[in-house]
Order: sequence, then C-alpha cells, then structure tokens
Amino acid sequence: MIMANIIKSLYNIRMLDELAEKRTVIHSIHPLMKVMTTLAYLITTVSYDKYAVSSLLPLVFYPVVIIVLAEIPPVPIVKMALAATPFLIGIGILNPLFHHEPAIILSGIQISEGWISFLSIMIKGIFNILAALILIATTGMTGIASALRMLRIPRVFVLQLLLTYRYISVLAEEAVRIWEAYMLRTPGRKAIAFKTWVPCVGRMLMGAYGRARRVYQAMALRGFHGEYNPGDVKGMNTVDFAYCIGWVTFFVLVRYLNFSAQIGAAILGVMK
Amino acid sequence: MSHPIIDFADVYFTYPDGKKAINGITFHVRHGESVGIVGANGAGKTSLLMLMTGLLLPIRGEVHVGGVPVAKKTLSVIRQKIGFTFQDPDDQLFMGTVYDDIAFGPRNYGVGEEEVKNRVMKAMEAVGVMHIKDRAPYKLSGGEKRGAAIAAILSMEPDILAMDEPTAALDPKARRKLIHLLKGFPYTKIIATHDLDMVLELCERTIVLKEGRIVCDGLSFQILSDAQLLEQWGLEKPLSLQRCPICGTKKE
Repeated sequence: MIMANIIKSLYNIRMLDELAEKRTVIHSIHPLMKVMTTLAYLITTVSYDKYAVSSLLPLVFYPVVIIVLAEIPPVPIVKMALAATPFLIGIGILNPLFHHEPAIILSGIQISEGWISFLSIMIKGIFNILAALILIATTGMTGIASALRMLRIPRVFVLQLLLTYRYISVLAEEAVRIWEAYMLRTPGRKAIAFKTWVPCVGRMLMGAYGRARRVYQAMALRGFHGEYNPGDVKGMNTVDFAYCIGWVTFFVLVRYLNFSAQIGAAILGVMK
Repeated sequence: MSHPIIDFADVYFTYPDGKKAINGITFHVRHGESVGIVGANGAGKTSLLMLMTGLLLPIRGEVHVGGVPVAKKTLSVIRQKIGFTFQDPDDQLFMGTVYDDIAFGPRNYGVGEEEVKNRVMKAMEAVGVMHIKDRAPYKLSGGEKRGAAIAAILSMEPDILAMDEPTAALDPKARRKLIHLLKGFPYTKIIATHDLDMVLELCERTIVLKEGRIVCDGLSFQILSDAQLLEQWGLEKPLSLQRCPICGTKKE
C-alpha cells in the first residue's frame, strides 16, 4: 500500500512536469503573474472567517477556469488535492469535539459550530492545494523558481525548493527499487517486515544520497554554481498584467460580496 | 609535436574510507587522440576520469587539462574544456525536457539565449536526437538517453570528451550507432570501458589499469590481441579477435 502510494506520487510528479510543458493560453502567462495570482488566491482563501463555508464556494471558479483553459485533466489533479485530506482532517477533527454550540439546523438535524469550522478548514485546504498544484502544472517548478527570484526571495531558499522537488523523485525511485528487490525474494508477503524496515530505509537513504550526489556532480560539471538559469524569460505584457489584475479583482469581489448568499436570495425571490 | 591536452603527473588518490584508487599514475594525451582506459572492476577507471574533471582532487601529484592545473579555483575553466558523460545517463539528465537539459550547460556559462538555441540544435543534429527535443528524459529509451547525454556535453563545445562506459546497457543497434557517431567526432576522446571491441574500433591507444596503476600503455591492437597479458589483468581478448566459436577459425 505504502509502495503503491510512492509509485503513484512519482507518476504524479512526472505528470505535473509534463503538464507544465503544454502550450496553452494559461501556460503562456508570465510566471511572476501566475505566482502573484496564486498568492492572492491563497491569502483570500485563508482570510475568511473560521465558520465561512457558503461564501467560500465561489472561489472554486478560479481552479475550474484554469483547469479548463490550461487543458489539465481534472480527475487526477483533484485526486492529488484530495490526497491531502488526511492532513486536513488531522488539523480540523478536534473542532467538532470542542465546539458543540449549534450553528444551523438542516432538515431538523442540528449542526454544531465545530462541524462548520471543520468543513471550512477542509474547503480552504483543498482549494489552496488545488491552486498550488495548478500553478506547478501550468508554470513548472523552474518557472516558479525564476518568479520567486524576481520577487527577491533569497537564492538559497529558491534553490532549496528546486532541489527538494527534484530529489523527491530520486528518493521515490530508490524506494521503488528496494521494494521490488525485497518483494522478489519474499514471496507471499504484502509488506516489508518490521525488522527489515531499518536496513531498507538505511539502504534507501544511502542509495538516494549517492544518486543525488551524482546528479549534483553532473550539474556542477556543466557550470552549475547554485543559481539556476532558466534561459530568456519573456518580458511581461498587458495580457499578463490583465490576467493578474482580473483575478485579484475577482477574489476581492468574492471576498467582500457574498455571491452565494446573493444568488441564493435571488433564487428564493424568483421562487416566491 | 603538440602539447599534451591532458597531463597526469605521479597522481595518487585515496577515498575517505581508505581505499587507494589511484596509485602513482603518469600519462599524457595529445590533441585529437582517442584513448581507451580499460581494466577489471575496481581498477580505477572511473576515479581517473573523475580526477580529470575535478570531481576528485589528487592527494598527491598534478593533473593538467589544456595546460591548466586541475584545482578548486580552476574548475570552471576545466569543465568548459571537458565534456564528461556518466555511466548511467539518468544521473545526467535532470531537466524537464531534453532541450532544457542540453541547454543547461551553455546557460550556466552565461551564453545568450540565441546562441544557446544554435548550440542545442547543432548538438542534437550531431547526435541525431532532434526528434526527442521536447520529450521528458525519463521517457526515453536507453539509446536515446545516451544520445541526449552526449548532446548535453557537446553543447558546451568542449575540447575533450571523457566517457564512462558509454556502451553500457545499450542494445546492439544503439551501440553500433554510438560507435559510428563517436568515430565521426574530431574531439580528443578518453573512454573508460569494458567494451574492448569498441576500444579496438575507436581508440588507437589503450591504457590498461590494475589496482590504480598503469600496467600497459600502447597501441590498442597490440595490447588487445595479447591474450596472455589480458588474462593477467583480468581481461580477455575482444570478441572480434577471438576464434569463431563454431568452426574455430581465426577471424580476419
């Protein structure tokens, strides 16, 4: 199960890399503007009240539009975002236990404030992860790195981010190799025996370290001194600025005008 | 007579775990020479190439590349002169696309993007990997990966090609294609390998290593056709020089 997850993660990373190579209208937007838009989205999402649920929902418009325009396959990207739900549950699960005050009654069922805040955490978390994944899938890690450097983020942090991302696959590949070697010699087993875990993990780290060292040597041999040069990053034009300003305006409107409540009121008005 | 482009003078190297990899090696390579470095496993072939590129620095003795001593301060200059391909091309291809991988070196040396494009195209054409320009390196076949790794160093426009087991894990057709390709390169070539048939075809000179020492340095054909000596060094005659396994006749 763990190994299946590691293999899946490896494929997911590669899928994001491949998606980043597409040439769509979203991919052609300047990386800096996409990073700024994503930051604005994250800030807007987390700025909501802890009991906000319905007012958050119009923010789903952003990932949906980008997924469609950037030709990102929706199912795998949403699945990737949902993979983080155990962490979100871990963060919010205590809320229903400590906040019993009734918030709303739906069809006679009383829902406490704790459950509402838990739901709010889940929605905010999934939206944010989705936005980050979409950024990687439309910009690529190297594009994001160059945008962060333009934002004057220190070189060492950007490099750390870039290499961590690259070495995740190195570590995962090593884990898969050890898993396959182990399983071939232990027929009938479904998982690595507990007592074998320590040598396996040790071997995996040593193998990944060796591989990472060789990758670094290959980079150093081709003139790498700690600053990744992505080549000519195209200059920003009106479309790039319009993209960022357009989305930020949308986020601000959604944040201060409760679209969900207004649409609901309008529908109820029509029904009356 | 031209000056040596690679010069090893009484070089020693010991790994931190105490393993003595190189024990007093002296040799020179001249411009345009093709030299095969052969020897049994653990003889010091890879260590020798790493000393040449400055990935390892000698504990004693001196290495000069193109007249420049290999030292921490000169690594940037040295690495522009030498293009080094790793045994496993997966170690060398780390970017998202083959194009970006081949452009990685020139970009690091501050080459303008227009010139980077020219160099990448030229290198890809030379190796015949133009069709995989936009593909992810991990999706390539062994032969394509090797081709992309070679193009990645050609784009640096080096004087010397240093290759560690270039034919390892290649199928016969890809191996033949690579040999043909390398034959056409005008660069000085240093090839560490167990593929003695390739050495026979590509390198006029062979250096045999044993336990970190040079035990023989001379013409490839003379060295590789001496079965007794090869046996002593843990090697055997190239297949092309062995008798036919079916009829027993000597090959021409």
